[in-house]
Amino acid sequence: MADWHSEARLRDERIAAGRVLADGKVVPAGAAVDLLEAILRPGDRVCLEGDNQKQADCLARALAACDPARVHDLHMVQSGIVLPEHLDVFETGIAKRLDYSYSGPQGGRIAKMLYGGQIQLGAVHTYLELFARYFVDLTPHVALIAGVSADREGNLYTGPNTEDTPTVVEATAFKNGVVVAQVNAIVDRVPRVDIPGDRIDFVVAADKPFYVEPLFTRDPAAMTETQILIAMMAIKGIYAEYGVRRLNHGIGFGTAAIELLLPTYGERLGLKGKIATHWALNPHPTLIPAIESGWVSQVHCFGSEVGMDRYIRARPDVFFTGRDGSLRSNRAFCQTAGLYACDLFIGATLQIDLAGHSSTVTRDRVAGFGGAPNMGSDPHGRRHPSDTWMKAGHEAQGTGDPMLMRGRKLVVQLVETFGDKLVPTFVERLDALELARRTGLELAPVMIYGDDVTHIVTEEGIANLLLCRDADEREQAIRGVAGYTEVGRGRDRAKVEALRARGVIRRPEDLGIEPLDADRALLAAKSIKDLVHWSGGLYEPPAKFRNW
Amino acid sequence: MESLTFRHATTKALPGAAPHAITGVVASGNLEILLERVLPPDACEVAVETPIAGYGAVWAAVVADFVARVQPGGLRISINDGGARPDTVSLRLLQGARLMER
Repeated sequence: MADWHSEARLRDERIAAGRVLADGKVVPAGAAVDLLEAILRPGDRVCLEGDNQKQADCLARALAACDPARVHDLHMVQSGIVLPEHLDVFETGIAKRLDYSYSGPQGGRIAKMLYGGQIQLGAVHTYLELFARYFVDLTPHVALIAGVSADREGNLYTGPNTEDTPTVVEATAFKNGVVVAQVNAIVDRVPRVDIPGDRIDFVVAADKPFYVEPLFTRDPAAMTETQILIAMMAIKGIYAEYGVRRLNHGIGFGTAAIELLLPTYGERLGLKGKIATHWALNPHPTLIPAIESGWVSQVHCFGSEVGMDRYIRARPDVFFTGRDGSLRSNRAFCQTAGLYACDLFIGATLQIDLAGHSSTVTRDRVAGFGGAPNMGSDPHGRRHPSDTWMKAGHEAQGTGDPMLMRGRKLVVQLVETFGDKLVPTFVERLDALELARRTGLELAPVMIYGDDVTHIVTEEGIANLLLCRDADEREQAIRGVAGYTEVGRGRDRAKVEALRARGVIRRPEDLGIEPLDADRALLAAKSIKDLVHWSGGLYEPPAKFRNW
Repeated sequence: MESLTFRHATTKALPGAAPHAITGVVASGNLEILLERVLPPDACEVAVETPIAGYGAVWAAVVADFVARVQPGGLRISINDGGARPDTVSLRLLQGARLMER
């Protein structure tokens, strides 16, 4: 007779083993290691919550402290490799396989461990793709998550940094998995119920509040004139040109400069209300001046940002907030919004090749992708028109029945031709190919494929790849904005000038942009302190950004 | 430290009457440029002092493009480099020329 309940029985065994250590559902931090050793089985798929922002760090420390004789060969399926413990578990044998998305701060170490064969890598995903696999073939047996507070029934308040939690819990709790939540405090009544208690099996009272990285805070004081020039070109040559109202910004200084130029340069161009009104975006502090100047209708967030909570609470017309008043973020929904409901994605990268493929993998760093490959792709499932989307589609196709021409999402790479230490952004061959070869990956970790990129903006100009009709034009358009890198100096000057005559390449002077205007005086805020003033004192920047 | 000098012929003199201008700062990743209207109207000379040796070809390309774009006849330009990237040099040269046109 078929057994339809084997997973449920295994779950019951895990829960029974864990209950011994708990008072109801509540487990003290000191017993977290014992709890994990009790509920985990060798080879389990485990989601240890952590993305580019919040971290279930107490549970990460507990997992790394488990006895490898009892807990071993785990398959980690998690958004972020961010904390040292996320990699320590691969050194001790607690974990063996990895499927993930983002690895910013551990990029150097993860590269070494991949080359050394200590990690069996499945793939580097985009967030939404990894979430999708939680429901198909990477469903966690155990999820280790983080919340702000819980009551004794396990009702969970995830607060402004809700982020990945609802998705992880959904996939685990409804497929016979076990969910363990670390919380900063056990309370009688949570401010709002973000996750119902019957989906939470154990609550660990953490020894200290979970860590959140202020990843989206860019100090205006560090913005350069080159970044300001690039931002001016993007606003005038792309945002105004296509009437971009619904958009997502990456985390770089270039996009932060755009945010700070909206109330100054954008205002001067008469663009208020015509561009940048609806956003899928984390609460970037650099967006405060645009919000305060009435540019922004609404913002849905993947996560929160350190120091922005009080400001967000005071601006519920702009942000999505709960009945308790604080931000409700949700990475899966916001990634979906970025994919289907935004007409433009604009972000930076570390390398771009001659076909426009880009990657953040370099020889000694594997930074992962986060959401960029998702939002930086043209969704073929989209069916609703917008002026922006239709204009881009028409530029790409040229001929055909207009009623049958699908639009195109604008996917813009905003880069300086050289990065830190004069490392060129434009390359003949992506380092990602070398990584794939040396680690035996079938697919090189490309962040955004060339055929999804519509524009590349550098300090030298804008290359409109939609208007390129063959691979040679595309290559010359890219070389034509690659500045003084070897790729840029290898251009065919006659072909580049011909592309410029057709408007495929546009220089600052072609756009009527005066180099002298590329001045820090144009920034709506020139320091973090200016941002605090713009917010009426509501923005509370983290200590490392306070220099007054 | 490396010293480089580039001499170019121009088709015309840079418009404007400003006798000299200075822009930028000597800081890491930045540069200071002194522009002086002291040469014949069909000549331009750019002298570079840079702490980073080995980028002569890039300097030559940046200066040649600047001269072709602006035709800065009559100018002697002295660059005190602090390890600026080529794009910063290019932007600073354009800004300096604009100041001289005033």
